[in-house]
Amino acid sequence: MSVQITSPRFKDNARHALDDAPLQAALSKVGPGFIGRRTAARDLLPEFDALRDSARDIKNHTLAHLDLYLERFEAKVKEAGGHVHFAVDAAEAREIVTRICRDRGAKTVTKGKSMVSEEIGLNDHLVACGIEPVETDLGEYLIQIRGEAPSHIIAPAIHLNKDQVEADFRRVHTHLPPERNLTEPTALLAEARGELRAKFLAADVGITGANFLVAETGTSIIVTNEGNGDLTQTLPGTHIVLASLEKLVPTLEDVSQLLRVLARSATGQEMSVYTTFSTGPRRPQDLDGPGEYHVVILDNGRSAMLAGQLREMLRCIRCGACMNHCPVYHAVGGHAYGWVYPGPMGAVLTPSLIGIEKGANLPNASTFCGRCEEVCPVRIPLPKLMRHWREKEFERHLTPAPVRYGLGIWSFVARRGWLYRPATDLAMRLLAMAGRAKGRFASLPLAGGWTKVRDFPAPQGGTFQAQWKARKSGRAS
Amino acid sequence: MSSRDTVLASVRRALGVSGQEAPRRQEVADRIAGHPRGIIPARADLPHAEQIELFKRMVVGAAGSIDHLADPSEVPGAVAAYLRARNLPLSVLRGQDARLADLPWSSEPTLDVWIGPSDGKQLAGLSHAFAGVAESGTAIMVSGPDNPSTLNLLPDHHLILVRARDVVGTYEEAWDRLRAAYGPGTMPRTVNWITGPSRSADIEQTLLLGAHGPRSLHILLVGGV
Repeated sequence: MSVQITSPRFKDNARHALDDAPLQAALSKVGPGFIGRRTAARDLLPEFDALRDSARDIKNHTLAHLDLYLERFEAKVKEAGGHVHFAVDAAEAREIVTRICRDRGAKTVTKGKSMVSEEIGLNDHLVACGIEPVETDLGEYLIQIRGEAPSHIIAPAIHLNKDQVEADFRRVHTHLPPERNLTEPTALLAEARGELRAKFLAADVGITGANFLVAETGTSIIVTNEGNGDLTQTLPGTHIVLASLEKLVPTLEDVSQLLRVLARSATGQEMSVYTTFSTGPRRPQDLDGPGEYHVVILDNGRSAMLAGQLREMLRCIRCGACMNHCPVYHAVGGHAYGWVYPGPMGAVLTPSLIGIEKGANLPNASTFCGRCEEVCPVRIPLPKLMRHWREKEFERHLTPAPVRYGLGIWSFVARRGWLYRPATDLAMRLLAMAGRAKGRFASLPLAGGWTKVRDFPAPQGGTFQAQWKARKSGRAS
Repeated sequence: MSSRDTVLASVRRALGVSGQEAPRRQEVADRIAGHPRGIIPARADLPHAEQIELFKRMVVGAAGSIDHLADPSEVPGAVAAYLRARNLPLSVLRGQDARLADLPWSSEPTLDVWIGPSDGKQLAGLSHAFAGVAESGTAIMVSGPDNPSTLNLLPDHHLILVRARDVVGTYEEAWDRLRAAYGPGTMPRTVNWITGPSRSADIEQTLLLGAHGPRSLHILLVGGV
């Protein structure tokens, strides 16, 4: 019932992605768009980096006191007339949500975008229980009608192009005139708005995620640009919030710090359009809002992460900046990662949640260029945590045998300077001589994996160690 | 053991705590009671008149529009003018807010003013903001019969009355005002921060206005400094 996991086949997934021309066309727009917008937003706010430190510190403080903030949050939700449910794992979370829906006799539920919902495979479960889930975020709606998983945590349909969307709308919205013009993106948006407006008004239950939970007031917060999650938690008679336990923050001041870095890091906006703070069900004198309010707090392996260095990963506020800046994500897209969370944050989180046995490939899908850590709004040392998983993979003998033997030979040579220096020096000279004509190699023995998709540059000058030695003696004299 | 107790025990085991440690409990209690401010952007640290100018610039920067009116009595005329300029029916839905009810609506006899929450059938809604935040051009709305939350989201055109004296520099100042109005640790059912009209970039990253919420956001800023 849970989302299918193809992470163990990452290499095959990546190869298919590289050969997928429409996907490559869509991916070519990821970097230029997101990176430029984030940089522009950062440059407009001199305090941006200081706010990132502040955001990191708030999350560290909260995680160190998480038990107490969870208790405070629960008490405040109850005080406001709402309900809090704790779920140890995905199955329990699905069960809680389904029970609430069944008790209300719900036939359709509208949904705001929620990665936790993807993580627990909620939609399939609801369908199996005879309840129709309707995704209302435009991107989520697109992938729902295609039967796909999101390929990005804030832009779930970033792998699609306009023509694919048009074809899907014609396939699914068969009650609309077939001769209608859908060539412009505005026409597609207007059609989705019309289709979903009726669903919003008819839904029995609204399910949203949470960007933050505020312990001070018992408030859940979602951030959207479309207004879909906001309608989802305002119109139906029951509002269910699905949140993992690290979403807690202490106070409204703390959440304001985090909101200042969230939108800027994600989309480069000064602030997202809608930030909605929900506290309990509608009040006696209210004329709208849900009559019932439930928060489902999911653990699903996160509490165990608090014990070691992976605690740092629980600071993540799901802005997507790490994948927006990741050369590997740019090349293969989100689906190749094979589960719910792609990119650098997914490479660290996925082994934590589904196990290193299934997730071992993902921490290896990194060049360790470090851009993810450079842009992370809560300063998660993503390369360090990926290295942590690589070490675990090696320790548990999950690394393929040729790699293990290769590493063994390398470590034998590299630890013996009298052997390493002349060996690398000789290899460099030979390669430099052989590649003298072109300055690069189109094919090279033992390096076919590299040269198949790109040239290997011919070395120039001495080895690094020789150059280093020369520089040092030059400086000393 | 209930799942609640299982999760809390698991968190405590990982943190190496019992949950009973007095210094930890005190730290949490102090943080919530004191709700310390973190880094406050200097951009809104301005005299009030300049904060209002910043607010206006930021609203426009977020693709909203704004009219600055000297006096509340000009609001009915400005609402009617907004609707006429866009060829919309002269009809607007608002909540029970006395500050809206007391406006001289009779000065616009052709403008129909309806009262209540939205069911999605109205093209234009009018709400009164709790505050405006200069640093990002954000309007802060609180739910209740005075200004039902559906008005913020369902009409195609959302008009928000923001009094100039309710414009503050930062979010933190708005929280102080909210705590003064509702009591510490207490929130209305819904607080909506609204920064510009609804939008989506989910199709090929092309930014389009009017996804599910209002296609246009128009601020009626009222009063001097």
